[in-house]
Amino acid sequence: MPKLTIDGREIEVEAGTTIIQAADQLGIEIPRFCYHERLAIAGNCRMCLVEVEKMPKPVASCAQPVGEGMVVKTNTAGVRKARQGVMEFLLLNHPLDCPICDQGGECDLQDQAVAYGSDKGRCQEGKRAVPDKDYGPLVQTMMTRCIQCTRCVRFIAEIAGTPVLGGLGRGEHLEITRYVGAAVSSELSGNLIDLCPVGALTNKPASYTYRSWELKKTESIDAMDALGSSIRLDTRGNEVIRVLPRVNEDVNEEWLSDRSRFAVDGLKRQRLDRPYVRKDGKLVAVTWNEAFAVIAAKVKAAGTKIAVIAGDQADAEAMIAYKDLLASLGSQAIDCRQDGAKLDGSVRASYLFNSTVAGIEQADALLMIGTNPRKESPVLNARIRKRWQKGGFKAARIGHKGDLTFKYEHLGDDASVLKALVDGKHPFFETLKNAAKPALIIGQGALSRPDGAVLLGLARKLADATGMVKDGWNGFNVLHTAAARVGGLDLGFVPGQGWRDVDHIADAAHKGDIAVVFLLGADEVEMKSLGEAFVVYQGSHGDAGAHRADVILPGAAYTEKSATYVNLEGRAQQTRLAVFPPGEAKEDWRIVRALSDVLGKPLPYDSLKAVRERLAKASPVFAAIGQVTTAAWGASFGAEGSAGDGALVTNIDNFYQTDPISRASKTMAECTAAFGGGCNHKHKKTGTNG
Amino acid sequence: MSDMNHEPASFAFTAETLEKAKAFIAKYPAGRQQSAVMPLLDLAQRQEGWVSRAAMEVIAEMLDMAPIRVEEVATFYTMYNRKPVGTFHVQVCTNLPCMLRGSDDVVAAAKEALGVDFGDMTADGKFTLSEVECLGACVNAPMMQINDDYYEDLDAASTKAVLEAFKRGETPKPGPQNGRQFSCPKGGATSLTELTFEGGKA
Repeated sequence: MPKLTIDGREIEVEAGTTIIQAADQLGIEIPRFCYHERLAIAGNCRMCLVEVEKMPKPVASCAQPVGEGMVVKTNTAGVRKARQGVMEFLLLNHPLDCPICDQGGECDLQDQAVAYGSDKGRCQEGKRAVPDKDYGPLVQTMMTRCIQCTRCVRFIAEIAGTPVLGGLGRGEHLEITRYVGAAVSSELSGNLIDLCPVGALTNKPASYTYRSWELKKTESIDAMDALGSSIRLDTRGNEVIRVLPRVNEDVNEEWLSDRSRFAVDGLKRQRLDRPYVRKDGKLVAVTWNEAFAVIAAKVKAAGTKIAVIAGDQADAEAMIAYKDLLASLGSQAIDCRQDGAKLDGSVRASYLFNSTVAGIEQADALLMIGTNPRKESPVLNARIRKRWQKGGFKAARIGHKGDLTFKYEHLGDDASVLKALVDGKHPFFETLKNAAKPALIIGQGALSRPDGAVLLGLARKLADATGMVKDGWNGFNVLHTAAARVGGLDLGFVPGQGWRDVDHIADAAHKGDIAVVFLLGADEVEMKSLGEAFVVYQGSHGDAGAHRADVILPGAAYTEKSATYVNLEGRAQQTRLAVFPPGEAKEDWRIVRALSDVLGKPLPYDSLKAVRERLAKASPVFAAIGQVTTAAWGASFGAEGSAGDGALVTNIDNFYQTDPISRASKTMAECTAAFGGGCNHKHKKTGTNG
Repeated sequence: MSDMNHEPASFAFTAETLEKAKAFIAKYPAGRQQSAVMPLLDLAQRQEGWVSRAAMEVIAEMLDMAPIRVEEVATFYTMYNRKPVGTFHVQVCTNLPCMLRGSDDVVAAAKEALGVDFGDMTADGKFTLSEVECLGACVNAPMMQINDDYYEDLDAASTKAVLEAFKRGETPKPGPQNGRQFSCPKGGATSLTELTFEGGKA
């Protein structure tokens, strides 16, 4: 542990720490462009120059490891002069078009030019201009502004694992560009925008629509996938302009997937902004009271023949309200697993990502079953890649063979391989058994198959046989794709006595045993299977559910309400209201509360606080906001029996369009056109397919 | 940067070069085979006369690296040609020491003798003129490289003479063109004149 002095303050840091990291620990600010704590050190911008005693020249503090007894000075006249020189060189070819640049106001170069720039340039020569590059529909390029810090090059190669960017040429002719013919189609490409310290890479869908200082910032949680990334919603008026990731080391570090970031334009399109009732086959706009009256009449006639299916973005508050409402009406036909996933919710560990997201970095052997983490949760996939990069990590996959950005052994694509593993007949069994912290990830693609329960049972057996669950480690992981799912299972939004699953409910609707079906943002249910049932769709978007509906109740999207979601590792988190729901749309649990009044079965809570108290009573998970509530391994789960044939594949075909919001998004449609459905898409070859 | 019109659809090392390539790769420890990228690019260039995109992709595949990483190397060094060059590739250094010693004259003479500008090939396909970065022969500045040989201590007249000789099909003697022996002082040794290599006095 070398000890050094920076600006007269002594600090002891771990060997191998660089001067800039030591200074960061002390809170001493050193300007930088190319250095980024999550990327490899490049040392090419030279902005972080400092003086070190006994060293003849200023040194780049980002690339200089600390030494015992080092005396560093960061604010001498010499340092300032050196940095001013660097800044002058950086500005030689920079267009200084800040007034029309989207980065203006949040630009590292702008900020640091205030401190180290000159008020006039000495260069008489013309500035160089660089042709813009085509990075696809998400990232806008203005390469003349580029200062060649190579953060984007390093991110796309190291973190995203799709090395398509590079610096071609040399000296003044150096240009950052993509490889000819390769698409910048990483599912994490939006992070390039955040990393770019200047305005060379900016948000294309939002370009020229905002100035950063006029946006209101609301810290919230993402509900576009089950990871529950920490996000910041930047809004102006009643419009979400952009979504940025927030640092959360336990969940998303500081990355965000492209769908979570760029699907926001879907929040403005296809919105349900008032109640509708179908009259003579056509949906007619009505008042809330009218819509409720129609529902009340039907519900009264239906008696207990009522069902609720919750969609993938339903929040816990709305689900508990519906659960309580149906209980008071005498029905237990509720389900939050519209894809038919065979997770019954009785054993909590059976549906959680038990190792936790950050914990996956400790695993040393990993088996993936019927999942494509790159499509289902790109940020989680980047974690696995990070683990793989450290070495001593063996991964294997049962499912499709495709590029996951890290090396793995492809064991086969059907359940017979899993059976062989459980029986110890497959060589990878020994790898898992001998690993200190073995783990498996089973995906919804496997669990939503008819034999999903058998596969779940096999996975459990494999976990037991290979010692995946032991003191301080549980490597049994279920990878969810729906933000609502874990919360729904935690509060028991599963069919009660006499009911099996969504198919069972739909079948009953078809036969007339269910007369009224409430769809809480459930658009992925096969609408035809609901037969003649009276369908009430409550949700935010005019998607499949609204087209089938007899009554539409306009709800709020995740940006428009304070709602609770539990992420895949069992971490309860709350979104915050950033904008108001459009028109007459309301927060979802309030709609249910109002409806319960009309039905004559008023719910016993009428404030958000009271609903959340009810939630906490349903499960203590909801009382521990922000915390992972771990689960005991507990009783056996899954089913016995023989697994069926067929490949174990992911349930996501098109990464860019998985839910009503992203299906309404123009940007996501453009991505689908440009990149196909993301990696390993079955229809279209992309630059990153494997 | 490359002109896409030249790019061939495919590239393959000949059996002979492939052997050499494998020998280069074998020099580096397993997992560090990317270190062989520069010799392999050179082999590809010696085979085809230039480095095509197809060649870079073949090399990337052989070394298990991203094609963009190979292209970065190929575009960084002026020694790799990213488009076809003439039979004689005339590379004139214009870096500081050469410039101070009169490379401007060399450049002007070369342009005049060949009738082309930097980056261009003569109509008969015999010469390509390039401006390159330092080739490490500053002690004999100004200089130019023609294929694998250095022609040093140039001035306008000797530049022209060298190029005219190439035009006639001759191969002028490489090295200093002003009578110096290697980088000895012009006009012969001025010190240690009495010593011989054998140790005795001359």
